Amino acid sequence: MPVDVKGPKLTRADFATDQTVRWCPGCGDYAILAQVQKVMPELGIARENIVFVSGIGCSSRFPYYMNTYGFHSIHGRAPTIATGLKVSRPELSVWVVTGDGDGLSIGGNHLIHAMRRNLDIKILLFNNRIYGLTKGQYSPTSEFGKKTKSSPYGTAEQPINPLGVALASECTFVARSVDIDTHHLSSIVERAAAHKGTAFVEIYQNCNIFNDGAFDDFVAREVRTERMVQLEHGKPVIFGQDRRKGIRLRGVHPEVVTIGEDGVTEKDLLVHDEAAQEPTLAYLLSRMTYPDYPVPVGVFYRADRPRLEEILEQQSIQATARLGAGSIERLLKSGSTWTVT
Amino acid sequence: MATTTDIPLPKTKREVIDRAVIRFAGDSGDGMQVTGSQFTNTVALYGNDIATFPDFPAEIRAPAGTLPGVSGYQLHFSSNEIFTPGDAVDVLIAMNPAALKTNVGDLPAGGALIVNSDAFSQQNLNKAAYASNPLTDGSLKQYTVFEIPISTLNARALAGLDMTAKQIDLTKNFFALGIMFWLYERSMEPTLRWIDEKFGKTPVIAEANKRALKAGYAFGETTEIFHTHYRVAPAHLAPGTYRNITGNEATALGMLAASKLAKRPLFYGSYPITPASDILHELSRYKNYPVTTFQAEDEISAIGAAIGSAYGGALGLTGTSGPGVALKSEAIGLAVMTELPLVIANIQRGGPSTGLPTKTEQADLMQAILGRNGECPVAVVAPATPADCYTMAIEAFRIATRYMTPVFFLSDGYLGNGAEPWRVPKRDQLPQFDVKFRTEKDGFQPYLRDPRTLARPWAVPGTPGLEHRIGGLEKEDVTGNVSYDPENHEKMVRLRAEKIARIADDIPALQVFGPASGRLLVIGWGSTYGAITSAVEEAQAKGLPVSSLHLRYLNPFPRDLGDILKRFDKVLVPELNLGQLRMLIRARYLVDAIGLNKVQGKPFRVSEIRKAIDGILRG
Repeated sequence: MPVDVKGPKLTRADFATDQTVRWCPGCGDYAILAQVQKVMPELGIARENIVFVSGIGCSSRFPYYMNTYGFHSIHGRAPTIATGLKVSRPELSVWVVTGDGDGLSIGGNHLIHAMRRNLDIKILLFNNRIYGLTKGQYSPTSEFGKKTKSSPYGTAEQPINPLGVALASECTFVARSVDIDTHHLSSIVERAAAHKGTAFVEIYQNCNIFNDGAFDDFVAREVRTERMVQLEHGKPVIFGQDRRKGIRLRGVHPEVVTIGEDGVTEKDLLVHDEAAQEPTLAYLLSRMTYPDYPVPVGVFYRADRPRLEEILEQQSIQATARLGAGSIERLLKSGSTWTVT
Repeated sequence: MATTTDIPLPKTKREVIDRAVIRFAGDSGDGMQVTGSQFTNTVALYGNDIATFPDFPAEIRAPAGTLPGVSGYQLHFSSNEIFTPGDAVDVLIAMNPAALKTNVGDLPAGGALIVNSDAFSQQNLNKAAYASNPLTDGSLKQYTVFEIPISTLNARALAGLDMTAKQIDLTKNFFALGIMFWLYERSMEPTLRWIDEKFGKTPVIAEANKRALKAGYAFGETTEIFHTHYRVAPAHLAPGTYRNITGNEATALGMLAASKLAKRPLFYGSYPITPASDILHELSRYKNYPVTTFQAEDEISAIGAAIGSAYGGALGLTGTSGPGVALKSEAIGLAVMTELPLVIANIQRGGPSTGLPTKTEQADLMQAILGRNGECPVAVVAPATPADCYTMAIEAFRIATRYMTPVFFLSDGYLGNGAEPWRVPKRDQLPQFDVKFRTEKDGFQPYLRDPRTLARPWAVPGTPGLEHRIGGLEKEDVTGNVSYDPENHEKMVRLRAEKIARIADDIPALQVFGPASGRLLVIGWGSTYGAITSAVEEAQAKGLPVSSLHLRYLNPFPRDLGDILKRFDKVLVPELNLGQLRMLIRARYLVDAIGLNKVQGKPFRVSEIRKAIDGILRG
């Protein structure tokens, strides 16, 4: 991450644009925008070195509201544009904003390959489990059987698990947060920014027009502590009003237990290890859903791996050291030549 | 490189000829492409003018010995300037019955036919659907047939090497090459050197190939079956340094040269596709140049990344063939809307759909000019010869960066794989073009245009004070803000069209080959240049009133095209499609152009165009 701001420290207002924000009043995107604008000055990166790239959908309007460089591209293709940009300009801080339809349906292929390449880009996927901009069709993350405009009899499709996709794609930073938990969201965005490599953050986001309350069962303030669990590295997976509930592993199956009941102590609980060598634990946690389990948020997995742009730069440096910098003359006369006089 | 003098004095009769057309044909596993390109490099180094036509199946290894598995490589070499790989073959080398069957039709009566008689087993004859053995049933009596047991002779020459019979058999193409080197008095040196470079790490394979080559040569020299051998003197080419180059190599070099001239790094995003993959292979070798190659997960990602790189200030390039262009269409629209420089290289092949992957065609012209949603103009250029790919690649980027627009570069399989000698340009012969980024903060507007070119500023991330947002939604004039205003939309549509139209002020005037007016003008574009020029040259030599014109800029058309068309009574447009340029010319200039159209996956023969010329002039 380039840390190159000169002069007075930027504020949240420095990252707002003069464009009228056109999301529906009450949309979860407002909360996410506010947190990202709040985090940006903390990163110490000059505005001109930050680029937000998006595809199509409600979430993809995001770049218009960030006073940085921004590219509102075409449906599903933001990771491709971010890839070309980051490889060409490794010093830039490149962010991709996408949604469940944009990132996991039409752009699923690009998302998985961007993550496997491990460019130093940050991907924020706003998951509202619905198609908002096209007015209410089911998305690849809509729950099975959901009735929508395009599925009046209920969807017949199994939803995809975004974190599972990220883990299977060898992503080196996999996290989840929620639009309305502002403190948690900003801390996760900050951690994603600090990660060296591709960071994937799924953000549960409420679409108050077409899928209102999609996450209320577990994100609503009054139930959150009972139905969600914040993952913390090196700490047991504990949740609940009085922090008495936890997750214990039985073989490869997580189970909800209560500390103090049936002889369960804190020592019996699963200890979260986001830096585990294999993302097996992270995958297991990513499968936990309400009502059978509390819904985990936090950093599920992170790993250190060389970045694509870094490897390419190295190859170029090594080739130049070995062969010398290329010149047109040498280039044109490469191969077998002959002279006619 | 000077030619070597290792050729012993001939015992047989030598005939000096001014040109020859040879074709190597065999199974796709027989190494015919390697054999052909080795012969090509050798005669090119010797100083002949050359034109080649590699023709191979889409299958990597179709069942051995079958008709679909036949791979061929035709080479025309001459002591004069030539433009095509030749209509008729003088010497055909057929490594098996299937190769004989599919190729003998191009050998005129009296032509020389060298066959590997070992391959004419009953089984192979069956695979090639021969009812009887053509070597014995008299069906080849119109040709001069040389039956040579190439497999046996080669195996004998390699006896004692630690190799399996199968490995030994794989070297028989070099025996055939050796025969041809002897027949045309060519040095084995360049190929021997190539073998060392290629197989240096496996000495036994290197030794085997060398022995095979030398054995073939010695066979030609010592047996008395060839009564004559031939010499084709070097061509009188203009002074300079030359190299042999294929269209795809020239494309890669041109793009790299553009990057050097523009002083901007090149970014190549591509997904492997025939016949464009060689550009990716070529560019990925040049790590010591400012070029990044990116093998994307698909065609869309390839162009998306190229657009991303252009947004960041690199020369963004994506290369593909027609099916890939279809996938890239939406992204091309994005580059038009965001007005970023981008080059899309389409190495055309037979279509529609997967079509004929390894065969040539020119049927993507309309796709390049019109194939997107909305009013979506882009510039289109097309190289005329393999070496011209270099020049037009540079042109493509000159236009793209000067006008902030995507540019199509329309090559095809015939140009991409075909080779010709190329006089390497000197540095001072290279075009200059300045590429400037906007850095001035005062008065900056993302869509404030250059009054002359109508280009918007190239303002790249990292520039303080120019933070702005672009995207695929319609832009408000000047500010670039999202706008749904009806009047603004029409204004922007017209501005984008006008910007492309103005490129016509910035491209060279056309040159008519032959009289500037008259009864017939033959007009072409792309890879038909060689066949059209040869046919028109022939006709002119017979005193026929015909001229020709070749378009390398297809959108916009050169300013003088309309006037030139009006100076001729008739206009003939030969194309390897059903009449796409003809349709544009008729629509644009109201000229009743006549089409000559061929869609067989093969280039035109000179004679086909000649026949059309004669027909029109008679009629």
